Amino acid sequence: MAVLSTNAAPAVVWSRHQIAAAIAIAAVVLTSLQYAGMLPSWLHRLPEAWIPPFAGWLDAFFNFVKDDLGLIVFTRFLTEQLQFLLDTTANLLFGKRRWPNIGPIPWSAIAATMAVVGYYLGGWRMALLAGGTFVWTALIGQWTIAMETMSVLIVAAPMAFVIGLLLGIAAWKSTMVDRIIRPVLSVLQTLPFFTYLLPAVIFFKVGPTAGAVATIIYAIPPMILMTTLGLQKVSPEVVEAGKMSGCTRWQMLRHVYIPAARTEILVGVNQVIMLCLAMVVLTAFIGMPGLGAKLLAMMGSFKLGRSFEIGVTIVLLAVTLDRMSKAWVVKMPEHFERGTPWWQRHKTLVLATAAFVGFTVLAYFVTWFSEIGRTQSWSKGKEMDVAIKAFLALDGVQYVTDQIRYVLNVWVLNPFRDFLLSIPTFAFVLFVVAFSLALAGRRPAILAGVFFGLVALSGWWDRSVITLYSVISAVTMALIIGLPIGILAARSDRWSRRVLLACDTAQTFPSFIYLIPAIMLFGITATSVVMSILIFAMVPLVRYTVEGLRGVPPEMTEAADMSGATKMQKLINVQLPLALPTMAVGFNQAIMFAFFMVIIAAFIGTQDLGQELQRTLAGTDMGKNFVLGICVSLMALTFDMTIMKWAADKKRMLGLP
Amino acid sequence: MSALPPVIACRNVWKIFGPDPKRFLASMDPGMSFDDIREAGYIAGVKDVSIEVNKGEMLVIMGLSGSGKSTLVRCFSRLHDITGGTIEVDGQDIMALVEKDLIELRRSKMGMVFQSFGLLPHRTVLENVAFPLEMRGQDKHTRRDRALEVIKLVGLEGREDYFPRELSGGQQQRVGIARSLAIEPDIWFLDEPFSALDPLIRREMQDEFLRLQQLLNKTIVFITHDFDEALRLADRIAIMKDGAVEQCDTPDQIVLHPATEYVRKFTEEIDKARVVHAGVLAKADARGEGDPVAATATVKDLAKLLVHDSRDIIPVQSEGAIIGGMNRQDALTVLLEAS
Repeated sequence: MAVLSTNAAPAVVWSRHQIAAAIAIAAVVLTSLQYAGMLPSWLHRLPEAWIPPFAGWLDAFFNFVKDDLGLIVFTRFLTEQLQFLLDTTANLLFGKRRWPNIGPIPWSAIAATMAVVGYYLGGWRMALLAGGTFVWTALIGQWTIAMETMSVLIVAAPMAFVIGLLLGIAAWKSTMVDRIIRPVLSVLQTLPFFTYLLPAVIFFKVGPTAGAVATIIYAIPPMILMTTLGLQKVSPEVVEAGKMSGCTRWQMLRHVYIPAARTEILVGVNQVIMLCLAMVVLTAFIGMPGLGAKLLAMMGSFKLGRSFEIGVTIVLLAVTLDRMSKAWVVKMPEHFERGTPWWQRHKTLVLATAAFVGFTVLAYFVTWFSEIGRTQSWSKGKEMDVAIKAFLALDGVQYVTDQIRYVLNVWVLNPFRDFLLSIPTFAFVLFVVAFSLALAGRRPAILAGVFFGLVALSGWWDRSVITLYSVISAVTMALIIGLPIGILAARSDRWSRRVLLACDTAQTFPSFIYLIPAIMLFGITATSVVMSILIFAMVPLVRYTVEGLRGVPPEMTEAADMSGATKMQKLINVQLPLALPTMAVGFNQAIMFAFFMVIIAAFIGTQDLGQELQRTLAGTDMGKNFVLGICVSLMALTFDMTIMKWAADKKRMLGLP
Repeated sequence: MSALPPVIACRNVWKIFGPDPKRFLASMDPGMSFDDIREAGYIAGVKDVSIEVNKGEMLVIMGLSGSGKSTLVRCFSRLHDITGGTIEVDGQDIMALVEKDLIELRRSKMGMVFQSFGLLPHRTVLENVAFPLEMRGQDKHTRRDRALEVIKLVGLEGREDYFPRELSGGQQQRVGIARSLAIEPDIWFLDEPFSALDPLIRREMQDEFLRLQQLLNKTIVFITHDFDEALRLADRIAIMKDGAVEQCDTPDQIVLHPATEYVRKFTEEIDKARVVHAGVLAKADARGEGDPVAATATVKDLAKLLVHDSRDIIPVQSEGAIIGGMNRQDALTVLLEAS
C-alpha cells in the first residue's frame, strides 16, 4: 500500500485512505460554506476572466495546419480518390449515376450471394440469417437507403483494416511507435464521435467522404490493438522454425507472423466491421444519407412504426455481419481427399457465381427481382405507428409512463442535478481527486486532478457537470436493475448462457438503436435520454456480473458449501468479493458507454456538452468542437483510469489471473 | 576421435540474459557462480562452454529444464546471439556472418526440429514441409517432388493435404522432422523432439529416428532431459547444469566414471550393464584365452557368459581383431552394480 509522509517534523505517516478522507472533508467544508453563503464567488465558479481562450488557440493551430502548412490541399486530394471509390460502390449498390454505370445490382442477386457465403461460413442457419436479412431489407422497402449505408461501409471497413494492420505491425516492431500510439489510442477511444465528425467535414467535404473518413478513424484503434496482440502471441517455436527455414524479414512477416496471428487479426476485422457499421449510422449527423439519416428523421418526427422497422433492419444487418465475421474467425481450413474435382473444392465460389448470375438474369426479365417499388413494399410503418401510439395512449400505459417520468424527474433526477451543480467547482475537483486516490492511488489521483482542472478551465463547467449527472444517474439506475438480473442469471447454467448470448447480441447493435425504445415509451424528453443510456449501459454491467460470478473457481464455492454457508452467505462472502474485479470492468465499460450515449442523446434535446457539440457540427468552429470533445474525453479517462487500476490491484491481491 | 575438423566448434561460449549483458560479462569476475550472477540481476543461459561436434556424430545434450541446453543449441544456429566466446560452423565464425549469409547458412546447411513442433497452422503437411524450399526460392515442381520424397521417408504418405491440427502429436512431429530434412541439411538440431509425445509413441519415434540416422548419417545435436533417451541414441553425451557442461563423454565413460557429484546422481538409477560395452572394459595390455566376445556387446548381453565362464581375462574382438582382454571381475562388478 502506498504510504505518503507529510513534511511535519516527527514524520506523521498517513495512509492513502486517510489522505483521501481529508481531501473529501475539505470538499464538504467548501460545499457547506457555499450553502451558508460564505464562499467567495470565485471559489464557487471560476470567473470568466480566468478562462484561457483554448478554443481560439486551437482554431489558430488548426488554421495554421490547414492553410499555412497546406494540409487541406493534401486532404482534398485524398477526398477525390475516396470520392471515386465511394462513387463506384454507390453505382454498383444503388445505381448512383457514376462510373462504371452498370448498377444497381439487383437486390435478389446480392441476397442470394450473401446466403451462399453465409452457408460456407456457418451452414444453413447462417445462410438463412444472411439471405433473410437482405430479403427483409428489400421487402420492407429500405433497399436503397440500406445500400447507401453499405456503399460507405464496404469502402471504410477495408481501409480501416489495412491502416490498422499496418499501424499494428509498426507498433509491434518498434517500441517507440508503440509508446506514441498507445496514449493516442486511449484518447481516441473516449473521444465523443461528434469530435471526429467536424474535422472530417472540414478536411474532407460534407457527405459520404467525410462520413467514410470519420468511420475509418473511429474503427482503426481496435484493429491496431488486435494486430499487435496477435503478433506478440505467435509461439516462439513457430518463429524459430521460420528463421531456421531461412526466412528473410519480409518472408517472416508475410509467411509466418501474419498467418499465425490469423485468429486475432480476424477478431480485429470483426470489430472493425461492427464499429464501422455503428459509426456509418451516426454519420447521419453530418448529412450522410442512409439508414441512419432515415432513422434520425423518423425519430425526429416521432414516426415510431417506421423508426422501428429501420431499427430492425439495422439490428439484422449488425447481427448478420457480426455472426458472419465471427464464423470466419473460427472457420479452419480442411483438407480435401486426393482427386476431388475442382468444382467441389471451390463449391462456394461456383454456387455464389451461379446464384449471382442466375438472379441477375432473372431480374432482367422480372422487375420485382431487381427493384421493389414503394407501393410494392411490405412496410407496415403507418399501421404500426397508429398501433404503437394507440397503445401508449391507453390509460394504464400512459399512467405508468407518466408516473415513472414524474417520479424520476421531480424526485430523483432534477434534485440530483441541482445538487451537483450547487457544488463549488473547486470542491468538485477535490471530490474527484479523493475518489481516485482512495480507489487507485497517487498517480491516478494527480491525473484526475489535472484532468478535471482542465475541464474547469475550459469554460464549460456547468455543461460538463450536467453530462456527468446524466452518466452517473443512468449508470446508478442501470446498477440497481442490472446487478440483480446478473446475479439471478449466474445461478443457473442455462440462464447464464441465455443472458450472455443476449448481451453479446445487444452489444453488436449500433448505439443509435437504443434510442428507439426510450423514445417510444417516454417521447422526446429528458427521461428518454436517461432511459436510453440506462439500457445501453446495462448490457456490459449484466454481462460482466454474470461472467465474474461464473468465473469464481468451483473449489471456492464448494468450500463455502462444505462450510455450511447458505446461498446468501455464499454470495456475499465468497462469490461477490471474488467477482468484484471483473464486475468493476463491466462497471467501467458501462460508464464509457454512458459517456458515448449521452452525447448521441443530445439530439433529443439536452443541456450538456453533447448539445453544444452537435451545434458546432453546423459550422466550422473546430476549436470549440475540440474543447468540448476533450472535456468529455478527460472525464471519461479519469473514470477509466481509476476503476481499471482499482480492478487490476484487486485482482493481483486476490491472486486471480 | 576422427581426423576431420569438427563441424561445430565452440570455445568459451557465454550467453547472458539481462539489461546489458556484454558489459556485465566484460566486468564480471570469471569465477562467479550461476547464483552469484543471478544475484547481480543476470541469468547465465550458457556459461563458459567449450565443446566440439564431429562430422557424422550424434551429440546428445542432456540436462534438466533450465539447465541451458536449449539455449546452447540456439546459439549454434544463432537463433540467439552469444555474449562471449566463438562458435565456428565448418570453420566459419557464425557471429561474423551478416544477415544475408546467416540466412544462406540456414537455408543450405541446418535443419531444426522443435519440442512443440513449430508447424505453421495455416499450411498443409506438404506446404509445411516445402516451406524452407519455398523460402529459398525453389520452383513449385522441384519443391513438391522433394517434399513428397521426405514425407514418404518419415512415413506420412497420403497425409500430404492434411492440416497440422488434423494430425496426432506423433504425426505432427513427423512433419516437423520432414520439414527439417527437406533442404538436406548437413547439421541437424533436434530440441527435445519427443518430449511432448506419450511414452509409447516416444519409443516408436526413437526407433524411427535411429532408422533415419542410419540412412542419412547426419551430424546431429540432440537435446533431451531424459537420460534413458540420451543413452539410447548418443555417440557422446554432454550433461549440463546451470548453463555449464558438467561432463561430455561417451555413455560408457559417463556411467563408469562420472566426473562430478551431479553426474553421479544422474547415473545412480541407471542399469549400467545395459550401457557399458565390452570394448570399453577391454585393456590393451591383457590378452586372455579362448573364444573372444564382440566389443559391441553390452555387459548385459554377456551376463550368462560372465557368470558361467571361469576365465579371469576374456579376449575382446573388434572387426576381426583382438583388441585386448576384459577382466571378468570388472564386468561382473558392472553387472551386479557393486562398486
